[in-house]
Amino acid sequence: MYPPRFEYSAPRSLEEALDLLAEVGDEGRVLAGGQSLLPMMKLRLAAPAHLVDINRLPGLGSITDTNGEISIGALVRHADVATDPTVAAHAPLLAAAAPWIADPLVRNRGTLCGSVAHCDPEGDWNSLMLAVGATVVATSREGTRTIPIADFVVDFFTNALRPGEMVTEVRVPKAGPRTGGAYLKLERKIGDYATVGVATHLRLDESGRIAQAGIALTSVAPKNLKVTEAEELLVGNEPSDELFAEAAEVAARTCQPTSDVRGPAEYKRAVVRTYTERGLRRALAEARGEA
Amino acid sequence: MTTTVHPKTSPEVGGIGHAVRRKEDDRFIQGAGRYLDDIVLPGMLHMAIVRSPIAHGRIRSIDTSAAEQTEGVVAVITGQMLAEHNLAWMPTLSGDTQAVLATDKVRYQGQEVAAVVATDPYIARDAASLVFVDYEELPAITSPQQALEPGAPVIRDDKEGKTDNVAYIWEAGDKEATDAAFAKADVVVTLDTHYPRSHPSPLETCGALADVNPATGEATIYLTSQAPHAHRTLFALVAGLPEENIRIVSPDIGGGFGNKVPIYPGYVVATVASLLLGKPVKWVETRTENLISTGFARDYHMHGELALTSDGRILAMRASILSDQGAFYADAQPSRFRAGLFHICTGSYDFGAAHVTAKGAYTNKAPGGVAYRCSFRVTEASYLIERLVDNAAWKLGMDPAEFRMKNFIRPEQFPYRSPTGFVYDSGDYHTALREAMKLVDYEGWRRKQAEGHPEGKLYGVGIASFTEVVGAGNSKEYDIAGIKMFDSAELRIHPTGKAILKLGVRTQGQGHETTFAQIVAEELGIPYTDVKVQEGDTDNTPYGLGTYASRSTPVGGAATAVVARRIREKAKKIAAHLLEASEDDLEWEPGRFFVRGTDKGVTIQEVAFAAYTNPPEGLEAGLEDVCYYDPPNMTYPFGSYIVVVEVDPGDGTWKVVDMAAVDDCGVRINPMIVEGQIMGGLTEGFAKANMQWITFDEQGNCIGSNFLDYLVPTAWETPRFKLGATVTPSPHHPLGAKGVGESATVGSPAAYVNAVLDALRRAGHPVENIDMPVLPHRVWGAIQGVAVKP
Ligand SMILES: Cc1cc2nc3c(=O)[nH]c(=O)nc-3n(C[C@H](O)[C@H](O)[C@H](O)COP(=O)(O)OP(=O)(O)OC[C@H]3O[C@@H](n4cnc5c(N)ncnc54)[C@H](O)[C@@H]3O)c2cc1C
Repeated sequence: MYPPRFEYSAPRSLEEALDLLAEVGDEGRVLAGGQSLLPMMKLRLAAPAHLVDINRLPGLGSITDTNGEISIGALVRHADVATDPTVAAHAPLLAAAAPWIADPLVRNRGTLCGSVAHCDPEGDWNSLMLAVGATVVATSREGTRTIPIADFVVDFFTNALRPGEMVTEVRVPKAGPRTGGAYLKLERKIGDYATVGVATHLRLDESGRIAQAGIALTSVAPKNLKVTEAEELLVGNEPSDELFAEAAEVAARTCQPTSDVRGPAEYKRAVVRTYTERGLRRALAEARGEA
Repeated sequence: MTTTVHPKTSPEVGGIGHAVRRKEDDRFIQGAGRYLDDIVLPGMLHMAIVRSPIAHGRIRSIDTSAAEQTEGVVAVITGQMLAEHNLAWMPTLSGDTQAVLATDKVRYQGQEVAAVVATDPYIARDAASLVFVDYEELPAITSPQQALEPGAPVIRDDKEGKTDNVAYIWEAGDKEATDAAFAKADVVVTLDTHYPRSHPSPLETCGALADVNPATGEATIYLTSQAPHAHRTLFALVAGLPEENIRIVSPDIGGGFGNKVPIYPGYVVATVASLLLGKPVKWVETRTENLISTGFARDYHMHGELALTSDGRILAMRASILSDQGAFYADAQPSRFRAGLFHICTGSYDFGAAHVTAKGAYTNKAPGGVAYRCSFRVTEASYLIERLVDNAAWKLGMDPAEFRMKNFIRPEQFPYRSPTGFVYDSGDYHTALREAMKLVDYEGWRRKQAEGHPEGKLYGVGIASFTEVVGAGNSKEYDIAGIKMFDSAELRIHPTGKAILKLGVRTQGQGHETTFAQIVAEELGIPYTDVKVQEGDTDNTPYGLGTYASRSTPVGGAATAVVARRIREKAKKIAAHLLEASEDDLEWEPGRFFVRGTDKGVTIQEVAFAAYTNPPEGLEAGLEDVCYYDPPNMTYPFGSYIVVVEVDPGDGTWKVVDMAAVDDCGVRINPMIVEGQIMGGLTEGFAKANMQWITFDEQGNCIGSNFLDYLVPTAWETPRFKLGATVTPSPHHPLGAKGVGESATVGSPAAYVNAVLDALRRAGHPVENIDMPVLPHRVWGAIQGVAVKP
């Protein structure tokens, strides 16, 4: 596998990196874990003229607990998310989902922020981010701005970054009491992208009603799909099997799967229905402390 | 039949029955193997191939100027240039022709159209994308059914007078007797199923490094080859080079599985390039090139029927095959057998008549039809009968184990002549199945199945009791491109008692360096660690047909035993001389001759020293011999596999929760290596049943062109296997051994599929067939009762 010719820089500071990104503009690409970018280059599906390798930048590799939010830096690998105690304590859904990303080799290199930035509709992280309501922190020479994940994920492999901007961190709200979630992924083997992935997230109020709900889908639309209609259906209501079945029906109706070697559209819809129902039930059990 | 064989030699000698560690692994696990791409020659150039992006089209023109002008490019080669040397086409292993570089049309996506030779592999790739080919696109034919429709475009219009897409027509067995038996049947069960196209996908892709010496004309060609000697002969015939000037060296091979049996256009073009440029030229495929253009396997559409009595006896079998050959008929198989050894499809069962018809069709897909870990279409045959037998038991309301027991060939019937003419050497099928049932606790799982799964999933139990035919030839019936399927071993014992064994076969990971040394250890008592095994260099090894179709131990292993025995005969003469005794008074124990009834003796090492320093008068010096072994018959390994699955009706996924595999490959030389072969095969069988296939869209685009789409299971998905063994020696093999390299790939797929179908049937879904791979959406479709595509 031989990629086309490209320039390569490995800046040592964020400032230097941002300068380079500003200079190279559209021709340039951030290189993080390289687990999506390099295969695309080797298959000659992508041919960026200039790679700006961010792996030597200081301070981007940590996971920190900042009032109410967990901040995940641009160099935090999938494997870190799977094992980090802060994530386990305050974002257990992410910790549980991380082992479903790719395989151990890819998880050791690939970054959560890279995955978020990549906006591959078959990527798992953006469904989780949509379900929990994450925020993306984008930085450029002009400064820093925060972008709600639902606005960040624009379309098929398209994010809301402006030229010269990079993702420096992703912030995830801490899961408080009475929350629960699940990520159910149908894959043909370990390391495969999802045929269907369903992220579910619930928070109950003190009376046991649903105070907040997140449902997002992987691989069944041109982008990771937040099923707002189903979320709204749930909020304010007493959880029940019937309600979950209804929400699952909405998710199955809302998704836009295509037929391919992973299965026909009607099958994927059926799995969305099944997994949404199963996921909500699991989220509820966890929120009630039964799981 | 026994279940264990006690070694006759000590563990230090390590003869037959010792599970010694593989000698070759030291270098492999340290990353010190030397594969084709590791070889670097001075002044070496790199070649990249320009391939067709479309499945079917006429070439209007090829513009190579931009590529030629790229800095670092040394040459751009087209089919037109090859045609000037009469090399634009080459023969296939099935007697068809195949384009080396396309001149008239492209016939599949990925076909070789031109080649760029450059000073660096990156430049070669960059320049390859600058070769512009103008195509007039033609409709693509992506299935054999479509190919045989009246009026379908003729793919092989290069063949004079060709007006259809039929590649071959063939039949075997007795039609009349079969029809008569079907007329008497109480019940007939049928099955239509597709054995999908798969690919051996070895870890190392294919490649060549051709080094033609401009001064002497000698060509050294390093080749990823499972059959270096046969390849040398074919190179001589195709390129018109004198055979003594060609040396094929097959270095360490990173897996072959049949993929490295054919000769590929890249090999030929690299050799021509080296000839024209006077420099070494290296060509190594990418993974995608390997998957889209080199030998695929299977792609058989099969129809099978069994004639049955209502009390559960099989009377006869009918099978018809429609085979998708791709654009060139290039099956690697013995030349008499157009559908390989498919007529072994009567399997482990005793019945009177069978009839098989086969038709091969040209399609706009890559050619190949290699025996991916299978002895020439035995895999497809075994799959068909084992699926049919399960369907028969289901239709008759019988337990599938009981149905098999009732119809198995009985031990006393061996040697057994099958209705299609094979003579099975030995077998004990009842015991193998009983052992497997014990190992997996068959009754226990049936009870659990009846009780139901605690989480609402569905349990299913599937069986396959396969019989294979492996170890070609005899040379009367078996040849490849005219070369008879014998094989060879040359053994020399050096003065210090250390040996070198040279073979005509070629290991690709099977452990020959250990197994064949153990055979010498068994026969001569020389420790296996003192026996160096050499293969792969045609200048340095005796002629042989290579390693595939489980033939190395049946043929090369037999040759090794025979040559060692010949050497022992000569050693005995020397021993008699040393001991001043008559040969008749000598006895042999592993490693030593002694005078009967005394403690006077000499070791084989002492004899070896004397062979060079003190040979008896009238006897040639040295201790060396060669054997070309022509087996009297094939060997017939068999076994019973039982798989237990759990199906999730919610999403159609299934997983193996228990599996037992009892194999009988006769005498096991190194039991650990044998078990390794079996585990690998069970894994590959699982891959095919569960996830793996190459398919095409309507335009003929290959889906399965990289490991994102062509799935290879990891340790995570791979089931845990319980292995068992029975030992029924082959009566005609000098060691009683049979081939085992392919048993599990051949036998296991049906067991997995039968298990899933059993789960669905027992849950009330009357499903006749699900094609492999049994993907979740297909299971889901079967449960819903809807047909799903693909
Ligand atoms: C075999 C294999 C299996 C896989 N399976 C899965 C799977 O099951 N699920 C899944 O979700 N993913 C899977 N992936 C993808 C993997 O998770 C990638 O790691 C991830 O998509 C990208 O992260 P990265 O750090 O490797 O990014 P890179 O490959 O380095 O970059 C990807 C893209 O994002 C951009 N980018 C990266 N970081 C930033 C940043 N900080 N700011 C702005 N832009 C940035 C790059 O410029 C590039 O365009 C798989 C990959 C492989 C090779």
